[in-house]
Amino acid sequence: MASNKKYWKSVEELNENSSIVASLEQNEFNEGQSPESFLGDKETLEASSTTRRDFLKYVGFTTAAASLAACEGPVIKSIPYVVKPEEVTPGIANYYASTIADGFDFANVLVKTKEGRPVFILPNKEAKGTTNARVNASVLSLYDSLRLRGPKVKGNTASWSDVNSKITAQLEQLSNAGEKIVFLTGTMASPSTDALIADFSKKYNNVSHVVYDAVSESAALDAFEEAYGERALPNYNLSEAKTIVSIGADFLGDWQGGGFEAAYAAGRDVKAGKFSRHIQFEANYSLTGANADKRVVLKPSEQAFALINLYNAITGQNLTSKKTPGDAAIKQAAAQLKKAGSKAVVVTGIQDKNAQLIALAINNYLNSEILDTTNVKYVRGGNDAEVAGLVKELKAGKVGALITYNTNPVYTLANAADFKAGLAKTKLTVGFSSKEDETLSEMQYALATPSYLEAWGDVKITANQYSLTQPTIKPLFDTKQFQDCLLAWTGSSVSYYDYLTSFAKSTILNGGSWNKALHDGFALVNASALTGNSIDVSAAAKALKGNTKTGEFELTLYSSVALGDGQQANNPWLQELPDPLTRASWDNYLLISQADANTLGFTNPVQDNGAINGQYATITVNGATIENVPVLIQPGQAQGTLALSYGYGKTKAMKKEMLVGVNAYAVAFGGSQIASVTNAGGEHLFACEQLQHTIAGRHDILKETSLHEYTHGKVEEWNARPEVSLKHQEVDVTTVDLWEDQDRSIGHHFNLSIDLTSCTGCGSCVIACHSENNVPVVGKHEVRVGRDMHWLRIDRYYTSEGDATLETKKSNTAPTTHDNAGFYESLETVESVNPQVAFQPIMCQHCNHAPCETVCPVAATSHGRQGQNQMAYNRCVGTRYCANNCPYRVRRFNWFKYNSNDEFDFHMNDDFGKMVLNPDVVVRSRGVMEKCSMCIQMTQKTILDAKKEGRPVDVNEFTTACSSACATGSIKFGDINNPEDEVTALRKDKRAYRLLEFIGTDNNVVYQTKIRNTNEA
Amino acid sequence: MKIVKLHRKLSSVLKLSLALFFSFSLSLSAQDKPSDEQVKAGKALFNMHCASCHKLDKKSTGPALSGVAERRDMDWLKAWIKNNNKLRASGDADAKAIYEEYGGVAMSVFEFLSDEQIEDIIAYTTVGDVKKAGAATAVQAVEAESTPSQVLPMIATVVVTLVLLALIGWVFLKSNNGFLKIVSTIVLVFLGVYFGFTALMSVGVDEGYQPVQPIAFSHKIHAGDNKIDCQYCHSSAKHSKTSGIPSVNVCMNCHKNISEVADDTKIDTKGKAYLDKEIQKVYEAAGWDSENLKYTGETKPVKWVRIHNLPDFAYFNHSQHVTVAGVKCQKCHGPVEEMDELYQYAPLTMGWCIECHKETEVNIAGNGYYKKIHEQLSQKYGVDKVTIAQLGGKECGKCHY
Repeated sequence: MASNKKYWKSVEELNENSSIVASLEQNEFNEGQSPESFLGDKETLEASSTTRRDFLKYVGFTTAAASLAACEGPVIKSIPYVVKPEEVTPGIANYYASTIADGFDFANVLVKTKEGRPVFILPNKEAKGTTNARVNASVLSLYDSLRLRGPKVKGNTASWSDVNSKITAQLEQLSNAGEKIVFLTGTMASPSTDALIADFSKKYNNVSHVVYDAVSESAALDAFEEAYGERALPNYNLSEAKTIVSIGADFLGDWQGGGFEAAYAAGRDVKAGKFSRHIQFEANYSLTGANADKRVVLKPSEQAFALINLYNAITGQNLTSKKTPGDAAIKQAAAQLKKAGSKAVVVTGIQDKNAQLIALAINNYLNSEILDTTNVKYVRGGNDAEVAGLVKELKAGKVGALITYNTNPVYTLANAADFKAGLAKTKLTVGFSSKEDETLSEMQYALATPSYLEAWGDVKITANQYSLTQPTIKPLFDTKQFQDCLLAWTGSSVSYYDYLTSFAKSTILNGGSWNKALHDGFALVNASALTGNSIDVSAAAKALKGNTKTGEFELTLYSSVALGDGQQANNPWLQELPDPLTRASWDNYLLISQADANTLGFTNPVQDNGAINGQYATITVNGATIENVPVLIQPGQAQGTLALSYGYGKTKAMKKEMLVGVNAYAVAFGGSQIASVTNAGGEHLFACEQLQHTIAGRHDILKETSLHEYTHGKVEEWNARPEVSLKHQEVDVTTVDLWEDQDRSIGHHFNLSIDLTSCTGCGSCVIACHSENNVPVVGKHEVRVGRDMHWLRIDRYYTSEGDATLETKKSNTAPTTHDNAGFYESLETVESVNPQVAFQPIMCQHCNHAPCETVCPVAATSHGRQGQNQMAYNRCVGTRYCANNCPYRVRRFNWFKYNSNDEFDFHMNDDFGKMVLNPDVVVRSRGVMEKCSMCIQMTQKTILDAKKEGRPVDVNEFTTACSSACATGSIKFGDINNPEDEVTALRKDKRAYRLLEFIGTDNNVVYQTKIRNTNEA
Repeated sequence: MKIVKLHRKLSSVLKLSLALFFSFSLSLSAQDKPSDEQVKAGKALFNMHCASCHKLDKKSTGPALSGVAERRDMDWLKAWIKNNNKLRASGDADAKAIYEEYGGVAMSVFEFLSDEQIEDIIAYTTVGDVKKAGAATAVQAVEAESTPSQVLPMIATVVVTLVLLALIGWVFLKSNNGFLKIVSTIVLVFLGVYFGFTALMSVGVDEGYQPVQPIAFSHKIHAGDNKIDCQYCHSSAKHSKTSGIPSVNVCMNCHKNISEVADDTKIDTKGKAYLDKEIQKVYEAAGWDSENLKYTGETKPVKWVRIHNLPDFAYFNHSQHVTVAGVKCQKCHGPVEEMDELYQYAPLTMGWCIECHKETEVNIAGNGYYKKIHEQLSQKYGVDKVTIAQLGGKECGKCHY
């Protein structure tokens, strides 16, 4: 039964004796803080030259000055277009289908523009596009004020014509001298750019093209190339899968380019009568592990052997391997895979070609229909061997010209020093990037490229879809596309746009309309199935065994959900997006298991304001050392393993606040990463939202059940409705109401339904909410002290496997004394070794009987007939009574003015960043409360559109930012007074429940009970 | 405003004297010219058929026509006007030359015009409009700045207040009557609260705000006298939340051919010369070379001063009111068609919005959106017609987000 499970939010919470937890449970708002802790340290205060009298004088003067200034209104200018573009109507949004392809994220998107500026990124659902947090945030990266604003030659600004003619002359000279000309690019997946490079190699001699992915999938590409003859990545139709076994593959994250979450969720739809079984073997807690039905903790080296063992168990062969602690689970997984037959699939994230080959072989053995070798993916193309070769050649001075595009090797290469030394020996170095990043600042020519929102392009994300990128804004800076320069260097006078249109028409579209493809953002093309070669599994297994090394600590490097490979590190939205698992923002950190932390003496003490601290570690891999890595203890981390995320520690073209974290690429050597760790002490301050919100004993806030219970059990048991006592009788809480209920049957009544089964915790909705609602970024310190402004947050709950309650566990644990050793022992043995994780997006619950509304002294928050709990910012006087009375902790207070304030030097403090603001939503000022409005500006817009067209609102026409961004369809929004809206049925679904229903707030947000497929057979 | 008014006065006096001067000088030289009837008929014809492309004294789409009779032979003119294509086809060098000079744009064919009519038109182009200027004596006297009816109550109020203050002062300083002192204090407190409250409530309320605009655009001339539909220029109003200040190319749709104020335009205070200069500003903004009749590409966007400034936290959508509700622009913007210089007519306070929402009935005519909701609501409230407030138009969140 679901309610027997114990949910917890941090390890500290398991400690019965923790005074911090007790005080935090009692004091949601930390009133016990000493004034010094938030005013600054005492010394600074005492050293201040401002006396109390001076202070009062300043107050008096500013008050008088402000009131005087307020007498005269400002003169506001309105400047219309001279010639208004036909398609622009001020105040009306235009949408353009486009495609992002930045080398790491590839997605079909719709770009919402207002008055010619992109303000919001949506998934292009017609093209089956999905957007993750980084894609949603890419609109802000367009307005990054630290972008490179024009071409530079050796640090000095230059003109494009000058640059192009100089480079062309030099290229000709080098080509005639027979020197090597090398392109080093990220994955572009652009057929037209490949054609341009081919044209280029016709004009110049000795041209080669090396593709480099910072977060490499080279092993998988090599394996697929060997098995199927094409350098691509296989696709997986997870929606049809019955059993999914993943060994170290974070396929709901960025594994092989990501983008599998929609299909994965579609395959776990109880309504549709299918629910895959997902078993995950991994070392560090990934997003995929968090969603798995069963998660087995294995070190990276053990994963390799487990994969061979899995192969043996399925095929009955006996390839040499080693025993792993996961073998029992592997056997079970093998049985379930065999049972699922062609509906089974095995994926692995082990960065070894042999491991990838074995996974392919297993899928072939199973005749897996899930493995798709027709519609293959081109989102990664990097070749590690070629990159290593190039660095060697550079260092030896054998390269005449190096042209980089869409890549930042000085930041992302472990041997960046060699690369830099090689650059000095290269006669011509040209770098293309939108930022003057670590690489570009080392190049002779730093050439500014536009953002994808300002550029033309074509992308082949998968084999059967040709996608187009189109500009949605006039270039902000003096930029030129890489392709335009290639054309100029080959002596062509056509623009890339002309080249692209004729290229697409003649070679891809096959007579299809260019305009239609551009309008849709994509065109379908034919893809034929690849035929596979036989795979020599025994050789692969042997090689894999030989490659797999073990050591004291095995380090996994992963791309974080927020920053990915780090190219958008200067994006404050992403920096402030908490990691789904650790709930920490503005940082990367070394993840370590509790047991290892005990051995090495790492702790994460919780402070009285709810923030957590940590110590620093020094880690060494292959002789490369990273110092001052903060350490965070991660429940569920395999003992003897470490994990560190990419993307942080960038130093160039970054705002001061964004200079956080360490560069994990410095130790990214590929293969088995054996690391040594020492405790360097110190005190690191995490900006972690972990303990600020304890579960406070409300353990039925998250309901979860097994697939078996769902199909065979009683609803009353796994989704028990809370009861209250009325006249000494236990009755259903919904039958008792202290409030006079209002009639909501007329007009619209909005509801939001969140399916906890399909919520992967990816955070896409959080960024979409920021983008749509002008939610401010507050910075690391403010997050740390609990003043984050997320209107929508995704709470992460750890739950312990099994139905054991706390009491039974306590009695099972041997030492009854509450000394630390006994406490940790209990954690290790039972709970924190491998807890399960459940995500729960929380936003304003829009209670029909809202506790916040009754306590507002000025009626700033009131209830709308459409079910929305409305917040009139201009009426709010900032008493914060509402936040104190909110049972869900969703109200956010503007402690400061976050716009045009140098103390908060994020996008709202510069003229470029402000262009991303949604003009339909007000930017809140200091001292007012704000919260989720259920995107009332969007529902109002939908209603107005219907009124203008004189028709009723269509079925499922209402959307919110979060519901439109959700790739898995977990968040659904609609009008429950429309019987055909999806949400109407969802509200009455037997899985539906509402948060803290027993307090009778009658929420308009419903949650669907999480289901796990615990079927072991 | 005073300075502006004084300036208007001066300019009208100047204009008057100039007009008188010209009328005299012209009447002297106006001998052996065509008859008045002929000119009058010619003018009507000219306005009907020619004015869209020709002006008397300036190039437009076609050449200036003043004194064309001196430049061309009457027979040639008749042939050209009736069918210029035919004339060109016949190989007439002059016809070809003029066709080339004006960018190869063929003039319309006017075969329906009789010879007499053409003669009338030519007569009009010869005499011109100048005679009309004599009638400029009809320019109205500038109205008094403030009439006695407004001044009297003001003086009365001031006097009463002064007397009252003097009385209270006397009570406090000279009188020993405690009761009077208490009463005076109460009166003072009430007055203070009343005036203080009124003063504070008017902060930020800019009713009557009438800033000086970079171009003296007259809504009266455009929307009033010439009856141009509001939404011809403010075309966004029916689609968008903003009504849209027209872009300069919208001005140029007409002003390409209207380079100066027509003389039958009623000008109240500013002179024609002044307003003609304002039209030049439009040309400057659009980058229109009125000599060579082409765009130079050097544009200079007009920086209008925004009059209706809703605060950021209030969301207002024009299309909801204009398209859905069918509210007339004048309801909120006042008699714009009578305003030479636009001013803020409504207070734009929340109370003002709410008042209207409370009173106004929802316009449901032929709107499928309202059909069901309105039926249910009218039943619920027991009324025939549901007001906007009853529909939810009074909820905070509908305008504040």
